[in-house]
This record gives sequence, structure tokens and C-alpha cells, in this order.
Amino acid sequence: MAQERKIKIIVAKPGLDGHDRGAKLLARIFAEAGMEVVYTGLRQTPEMIVETALQEDADVVGLSSLSGVHMYFFPRVVQLLREKGLDDVLVVGGGIIPSEDIPELKKAGVAEIFGPGTPTAKIVEFIKQNVRRRD
Amino acid sequence: MQDYAQQVLEGSPRAAARLISWLEDEDERALDVMERLYPHTGRAYIVGITGSPGAGKSTLTDKLTFALRRQGLTVGIIAVDPSSPFTGGAVLGDRVRMSRLSTDPGVFIRSMATRGFLGGLAKATGEVVKVLDAFGKDVIVIETVGVGQDEVDIIRLADTTCLVLVPGLGDTIQSMKAGVMEIADIFVINKADRPGADQLYAEVTTRVEQDAHLKERAWTPPVVRTVAVEDQGVDRLLEAVHDHRRFLEDSGALEDKRRRRAREETLQMIHGELFRRIRDRLTADGELEALVDEIAAKRRSPYRVMREVIGRWLKE
Ligand SMILES: Nc1nc2c(ncn2[C@@H]2O[C@H](COP(=O)(O)OP(=O)(O)O)[C@@H](O)[C@H]2O)c(=O)[nH]1
Ligand SMILES: [Mg+2]
Repeated sequence: MAQERKIKIIVAKPGLDGHDRGAKLLARIFAEAGMEVVYTGLRQTPEMIVETALQEDADVVGLSSLSGVHMYFFPRVVQLLREKGLDDVLVVGGGIIPSEDIPELKKAGVAEIFGPGTPTAKIVEFIKQNVRRRD
Repeated sequence: MQDYAQQVLEGSPRAAARLISWLEDEDERALDVMERLYPHTGRAYIVGITGSPGAGKSTLTDKLTFALRRQGLTVGIIAVDPSSPFTGGAVLGDRVRMSRLSTDPGVFIRSMATRGFLGGLAKATGEVVKVLDAFGKDVIVIETVGVGQDEVDIIRLADTTCLVLVPGLGDTIQSMKAGVMEIADIFVINKADRPGADQLYAEVTTRVEQDAHLKERAWTPPVVRTVAVEDQGVDRLLEAVHDHRRFLEDSGALEDKRRRRAREETLQMIHGELFRRIRDRLTADGELEALVDEIAAKRRSPYRVMREVIGRWLKE
């Protein structure tokens, strides 16, 4: 009998600002929800994040941004994932993101954006509902 | 179906990554792929890094990998972290110290959660080693969990085991459980920039010298001082790894080690497969629950049931 399949999620913090408290907290929340969370730390480039997702066979990439770089970083991650053939990886974002940016991010392929006040249960639920079914 | 074996041999990281997931999930499809990869294993050299949490294992792994890369060698890294026994989840944080390696095509890093497996490794770690070996990595570095001092499984898997000790973390010879000193092929005194490092170094060195007198051992573990964050002493550590490798090869001990590994692995596979088949059969038609009812009502003992089940199975 095969083991129960675990959701594997990368939590990454692209950009140059040096705060990782929020991302660390998210990592813990996902782990509490039974996921296997690869925490990558600060100052990740989109290339690093996507290579990590590839090697870890991640189901989800969670991006957190506070520094206003999301309009470049988030779509770039989606694009690189597609180039690697990882188009079934769910990409979600969070942090401080103006609501007027959200439609464009979604159009670029980010599945959902969660603002600072989002209840964590809602984020977890969204991921569980939308994660790929790995073959 | 995709031919993962072929793809792994051709160097597809994606195929390697998915195969590793199958192994972690105990997905039966992995079996055929592994069978085809097996002839291509046995080339890689396997290094284990073990020691208390916070000792600097990940930082050392990062620096050691850079040093190996400078020598033109490719590297696979397996970093194991514990799963929570309560939620089943895990935070795998070792990559934080290895960020710059993630885009090096000569390096493949995989984080693994223990998923309830004890002994400092994940259940599938040995299989993942084989995948990275067939994938063409020259050296495979395994970072163990580091939850305590019971991590002896690593010596079965690694050719060279490095035990990382640091001053101020309670790593004293007196506090060490029996058998822990013995797992080291190389002692690393990391955080040599910290107070107490000289004393710890002296303590370990003395102990190693005493042991050399007490027991006939063909290999005397060197004691290497490092400051991993500053990349100090890492070349010396790498040299020690190469020395140990040469010793194992020249003395024939490497062959013995691998033979022992093959024996244990084969027995374990048979054990696992037999158990799986019998359990699946017993649970498929509810027989197991019926047996448990009998046992709970004290009509039969578990000993008797075990003998009957196995006896019946062996006859078939
Ligand atoms: N002072 C000092 N700190 C170090 C050294 N090596 C690692 N560290 C720090 O020790 C902490 C734990 O390191 P890490 O590699 O994650 O340890 P692990 O838990 O054994 O993998 C980190 O903050 C490192 O920066 C060292 O040689 N000297
Ligand atoms: Mg570590």
C-alpha cells in the first residue's frame, strides 16, 4: 500500500528586503496543515525558486513579497516554471500587494493572491482544493 | 508511460525528482524503474554529515559542495529533516544555507522529511542515493536530521561519515551516548571561532589517540577544525574525505562495506515486500479485523495467529 501523498510546497521570498518573519510563519502554518514545506530563505531569484521546485518535485510554490517586486518576480516564476515543463505547479502569492495589481498577476498565471489579513485556514484550503493531482 | 529510467540516465532532473517522489510515497511504479537503474549505480562516493541540530551541517554541506565543484566533481545532496509526529508535516529548512547551489547544473539537492522513520534518515534515503548515483553525480552528501545522538543509520549508507561537533552545544565526550564516537570516520570541530573550541578539539583528539591504543583499528579518524560560515578548514576536511576514501579502496574495506549494504538491503526489501503482500491480503477481505476480534476476545493469541498466517502463506 502506498503512503498517503503529501503536498510539497516551496515557500520563497524573492526580492531584496531582509524580513523573513512572515515567510517563516507561513512555512510553519503549512507544516501544521500536514504539508512538507521547503523553506528557501531570503533573496531568492526566480531562477533559484524554479530550480528548487524542479528538484523537489514541488506541487506548490508560495511567494511572499513585501518590497513591491511582485509585478516582476511573480510572473517571471510562472514563466520559468512553464519553460521547464512544470505548468501544473500551483503558484500562489502573498504579502503586501495592491489590489489593483491582482488581476494582472492572475492573468500572468498566479493562481491566487492572499493579502496580509487573510485567515490562514483559507490559504490552506485553497491550496488543498487546487493542488495538482500528481500521477 | 514515460520512461523515467532512460530519462534519469540521460540526466533529466525532472525525471529524477519525480522518481524520488515515487520512492518516498512507496509507489509501486518505482520498482521497475529502480530495477533498470540498478546496473548504473555504485559509481558515486557517499559522504554522511551528522551531528546535533545547529552544529552547522547544512553550512558545511554547502561549503564542502563548493570545494568538490572546484575539483570538477558533480554533487547530489540529500538533506533530511524531521516530520512532526502530530501533523505529519515538516519544515525542510536546509536549503536556506545552500541557496547559491540551487542553480548549479552540477548539483542536485533534495530535501526529505523523515515521515516517522527513526534513526536520522528517511526510509527512502538509501533509494534516493541510488537515483542520484545513476543520475551521474560523482559524490552524494547526506545531511542527517540531527535530532539527537541516535543517528547510527548513516554509517550503513555512507562510505565516509563525518561527525560534526561544536563547542557550547553540550557536545562533550562525557555527554555522548555509547556508540556515537564510533560512528565517525572523521571528526569535525565546527565553529572553531567560538570559545571552547580548543578544549573540545583537545578532548576529541585525546580520545581518538586513546582509542587507537585500545583497539586495533586500521583507520584512525582525523579531527578537523572548521569555521563553516567563513569557509575555513573545509579544504582540509575534503582532503580527509579523500584520504578515507583512498584507505577504504586500498584496504578492500569499501568493497566489504558495499557488500554488507547489499546484503542488508536485500533482506530489508524481502522483509518489506513480504509484509506488504501479507498485510494487503489480510486487509482486503476483512480477515484481519476478524482475527483481531478473536484476539481481543482472548479466543486466540497473537502468537498463534502469527504462526498460522505465516504458515499458510508459506505453503501457497
Ligand atoms: N560562529 C559560527 N557559526 C556557524 C558556523 N557554521 C555554521 N554556523 C551557524 O550556525 C547556525 C546553524 O547552521 P546550520 O548549517 O543550519 O546547522 P545544522 O542545523 O547543523 O544544519 C547558522 O546560523 C550558521 O550560520 C561556524 O563555523 N561558526
Ligand atoms: Mg541543517
